[in-house]
Amino acid sequence: MRRYAGRRLLQLVPVFFGATFLIYAMMFALPGDPIRALFGERPIPESAVSILRERYHLDDPLPVQYGKYISGVLRGDLGEDFRGREVAQIVAERFPVTLRLTGIAFVFELVLGLLAGLVAALRRGSFLDSLVLVSTTAVISIPVFVLGYTAQLVVGVELGWLPVAGIRDGWPSYVLPGMVLGATSLAYVARLVRASLAENLRADYIRTATAKGLSRRRVVGRHALRNSLIPVVTFLGTDLGTLMGGAIITEGVFNVPGIGRAIFDAVGQQENPVVVGIVTLLVIAFMVSSLIVDLCYALLDPRIRYD
Amino acid sequence: MTEANLARDAWLELRRNPKFLVSGVLILLIVVIAIAPQRFTSILPYDCSLSEHFLGRPSPGHPFGFDTLGCDYYTRVLYGARTSVSIGLLTVIGATLIAAVGGSISGYYGGVIDTVVTRVTDVWFAIPTILGGIVLLSALRRRGIGEVALVLTALGWPAMLRLMRSAVLSAAQADYVNAARALGAGDLRIMRRHILPNAIAPVVVYATIFVGIAISAEAALTFLGIGLQPPAISWGLQLEAAEDRLLTAPHLLLFPGLFLSATIFSFILMGDALRDAFDPKLR
Repeated sequence: MRRYAGRRLLQLVPVFFGATFLIYAMMFALPGDPIRALFGERPIPESAVSILRERYHLDDPLPVQYGKYISGVLRGDLGEDFRGREVAQIVAERFPVTLRLTGIAFVFELVLGLLAGLVAALRRGSFLDSLVLVSTTAVISIPVFVLGYTAQLVVGVELGWLPVAGIRDGWPSYVLPGMVLGATSLAYVARLVRASLAENLRADYIRTATAKGLSRRRVVGRHALRNSLIPVVTFLGTDLGTLMGGAIITEGVFNVPGIGRAIFDAVGQQENPVVVGIVTLLVIAFMVSSLIVDLCYALLDPRIRYD
Repeated sequence: MTEANLARDAWLELRRNPKFLVSGVLILLIVVIAIAPQRFTSILPYDCSLSEHFLGRPSPGHPFGFDTLGCDYYTRVLYGARTSVSIGLLTVIGATLIAAVGGSISGYYGGVIDTVVTRVTDVWFAIPTILGGIVLLSALRRRGIGEVALVLTALGWPAMLRLMRSAVLSAAQADYVNAARALGAGDLRIMRRHILPNAIAPVVVYATIFVGIAISAEAALTFLGIGLQPPAISWGLQLEAAEDRLLTAPHLLLFPGLFLSATIFSFILMGDALRDAFDPKLR
């Protein structure tokens, strides 16, 4: 197990440097001069430009710039944006908002997804099963922003049940955006639970457990469900990263000031340090969660360790 | 006697699947609309009258009403199909080509080539699609169908390549491949005649679903203001315009949203039906 964990950890190193370098290079290649953009139409003294370019290493070639940046990141320094604000500060302000949003989305998709999948698998071929199948396909098909506006219009404006936008109302204002953000993943969880539970319910060990005289509830809950959760755990791990990416759109629709909005604004303003800083954090979060999932997976299923 | 093969079995299975029938009819309809929108409406998409029809509600002859420029919305929504379908198909063709070539070479030869291809794929895979799309598209001054499809291809191939690689990997170890090699078949022939036909099924399934994903991604990026630009006619642009008038003119959201979702739905459902048909375990 330790060797397996070590190998997986080593595999992450090139992915980390590669992905951050790619984003850095993309931002580097954007047309326009970020320093001049900072001043808008106003004339700027050349000396100020050269001081700023010097300070942000803008005249170095790409590999050198990236090297300086990434060595800072490895020392825990995300640098500062072109207005002199610490990127770490921006992240610290925005991240809790997105975390709350993804937290609600996560709980929502886990609880409802499990329930829907369970019901569908236990009553295969029934009306409820078809309902789950059709509705999950429909939810997957509706783009998040269409779903968001529809939810805003119906639940927020027509019914007036939940706050429509912003985060002034505290926790309740996160509920609607959180549910919209988690809706697609909820559909995936439901289908995954349904498929793997339906397959496991036909397995020999389930017949054995039933033949031993265990109650239906115990057979399903202890024997079938546990084994069916392995693929669900995998999905949920990679899904954390997907949710944070999806937050870019959801936060835009619901006017939630999280990291998604911060990234979007920063790309528009060519604030390369902010974009690269947040993306780097997202990539790290994505990698760590997929690593944890892989390790859990290896614990749950010993066959993988010896691969 | 006819040859029994996977494609034939799959076809027999497909014909009886209601998912296939529903999605097939829908896709056919959307593609016909995309090819010849003028068959379904007598009005031209740029034939607009701001003074007469600004935000007009649905009325006889104009079932979807009018948009913010006084254009017939039904016509505009129909013409939007071509944009979405083109981007979806172009993206899938591009990503499938990269995946087929890269995945075959990587899975068949293994060794150093495989390690390099897998690592590069992992790196690209770690970049979230919408995020990468925002950054890449910001770099382009002119963003038409080709540019958006190119960016989506650049971000979409890793998932498909992984799929192709693992399919080739398992097909390459089969006995019939060894048999073909013992008979003196060259690498290219083995790959083309023996491995590809047996490894292509999961890729076809994912490619079908991916058409829907690409269409959805285009709409999302355009909606964010960094995808297609006017005067292009696209559901993403229509939804972006609907954003500001959500309360006063909800029909602006409803119709393109409906068409967009139905298009994505039909491709995802078709992928589902294909998966049912190609996966013998489910029979």
